[in-house]
Amino acid sequence: MYTIDAKGMYYRDLNRLVREAISKGEKDLLLKNVNGQYYIGDGIRAKDVRITIEGVPGNDLAAFMDGPTIIVKGNAQDNIGNTMNSGKIVVEGHAGDVLGYGMRGGKLHILGDVGYRVGIHMKGYRRQVPVIIAGGRAGDFLGEYMAGGVLILLGLDANGKPIAGDYIGTGMHGGVIFIRGDVDVRRCGAEVGVMEPDENDRKLLKTYLEEYCKDFGLNLDEVMAKEFKKLVPVSLRPYGNLYAY
Amino acid sequence: MNHDYQRDISGCGLTGVISKKKRMIGGDVIVRSLCLMNDRGNGLGAGFAAYGIYPEFRDFYALHIMYDDESSQRTCEEYIRNEYHVEKAEDIPTRPVKTIAISPRVVRYFVKPLRERMEGGIGEDDFVVRTVMRINSEIEGAYIFSSGKNMGAFKGVGTPSEIAEFFRIEEYEGYIWTGHTRFPTNTPGWWGGAHPFTLLDWSIVHNGEISSYGINKRYLEMYGYKLTLLTDTEVAAYLLDLLIRRHGLDIPTACTVLASPFWKDVDYMDEEEKEAITLLRLTYGSALLNGPFAILFGHSKGLVGLNDRIKLRPLVAATKDDMVFIASEEAAIREICKEPDRVWAPRAGEPVIVALED
Repeated sequence: MYTIDAKGMYYRDLNRLVREAISKGEKDLLLKNVNGQYYIGDGIRAKDVRITIEGVPGNDLAAFMDGPTIIVKGNAQDNIGNTMNSGKIVVEGHAGDVLGYGMRGGKLHILGDVGYRVGIHMKGYRRQVPVIIAGGRAGDFLGEYMAGGVLILLGLDANGKPIAGDYIGTGMHGGVIFIRGDVDVRRCGAEVGVMEPDENDRKLLKTYLEEYCKDFGLNLDEVMAKEFKKLVPVSLRPYGNLYAY
Repeated sequence: MNHDYQRDISGCGLTGVISKKKRMIGGDVIVRSLCLMNDRGNGLGAGFAAYGIYPEFRDFYALHIMYDDESSQRTCEEYIRNEYHVEKAEDIPTRPVKTIAISPRVVRYFVKPLRERMEGGIGEDDFVVRTVMRINSEIEGAYIFSSGKNMGAFKGVGTPSEIAEFFRIEEYEGYIWTGHTRFPTNTPGWWGGAHPFTLLDWSIVHNGEISSYGINKRYLEMYGYKLTLLTDTEVAAYLLDLLIRRHGLDIPTACTVLASPFWKDVDYMDEEEKEAITLLRLTYGSALLNGPFAILFGHSKGLVGLNDRIKLRPLVAATKDDMVFIASEEAAIREICKEPDRVWAPRAGEPVIVALED
């Protein structure tokens, strides 16, 4: 394991060291004492690299990332996985706003709560299926403008509070959102249809959640024990005629 | 075209800390927190507000004034000595900072309004507000940027570390601090336009842009406020003074005015709440802050954090014993409090209200 002590280090210096280590063939990096350094893991293309972060990484973690696995041993901030192509991010705490913006592949697993605009404009195509799973509650605009991929919200410790916020799936035109618990239809965008998952959906959910539960040592049966709702766009091209007249 | 350039995409950054037991916190603490978010600003403005820093003058209004030149200072001082008893006047201690080439003169005055000048039963606070408005709008090159008791704002054009060094922030101790690093987007980066914006003991730091500025400005002008600092955030400071001090709203209600629930949500409320919110929205529609914002406002009895109604700017809060921290980034909190008891992201439009213990 290749260790970098990031204490007090400027983000550019830290990211340069990370890139240099990876280009020299390091596969397993540990970044200690990280606090607020921006852009960690951004644009890194490497299949079998693992970066473990101790501390709170700064905004724009793993943007444009293509391949590596990032493990955050605590909370993370805003804008994780912007336009990420492949790889995986595991956050063992909560995370902030605008996660997975335009994400086009890979996985983002978050143990705790997530902020506003999670999964905004995620997209997918054939084998490119980005997946975001959050164990806690989410703020408003979950899956806003969502165009593809899978977004799963568990609300594990919601204690009766609403799991998702307002404006769920506003502008959604592709992909699927699964929410573990009831969904207030008044809080969903006009394009969103709320339905019961079918047998295939449950199989899919189980596959995704098996990996998620393994990441955090959670019990899959308990997670699957509660009913999910499935949210999908009911109109594929709602604005197709906007400029037609 | 050269594509080999580096650019940081930024927004403003803010941070605040309060000890509910009024334990003194050194200025170095807020400076460390703010400097962690240095890259959120672009060097065109930074500042701090601190409460509890002038205990020996606690009964006097502390006027912090910036002057463009000697003549503005002479005119302004003549005005002040005519209206106030001046207990003490002195240059605000500064130190030269190589990277700050130009700075105004900064002077502070500990004052009390002269009884004989307070005509028509005007209260002391209103008298001071009138002075601030008059000097800022009528005396060329003179700006009062702080006017509360036992508190003060320090601000200017520079990065957080430059402004902290310039004003020797580490030499002050206070029980509430706020700090701001600025990335001006649509108004000038000048000394008066740096945050915090203050009036009496209200101080406000803000990340975002108040697109209702025009409506808010016209509304405030009807109550005698003059908007002179060329920056949207100024309206928030004066709205707090109007709503809370002059109209007597409590802080939660004032926050509801600034970030009102949407009408569609009012429809879901029970009758009593619906009626109350409808009345507030109708009465104070012109005080609604529209546009993206995260603000922190300090006052002599506490600290409040508030987001716009759809959370278009970040805000994170944390507690540790009697301390509460609110900042744009969790890392800015952890820089000065490694292991908080609780960390959370406040919901859109729901204020975090922290009051000092009695």
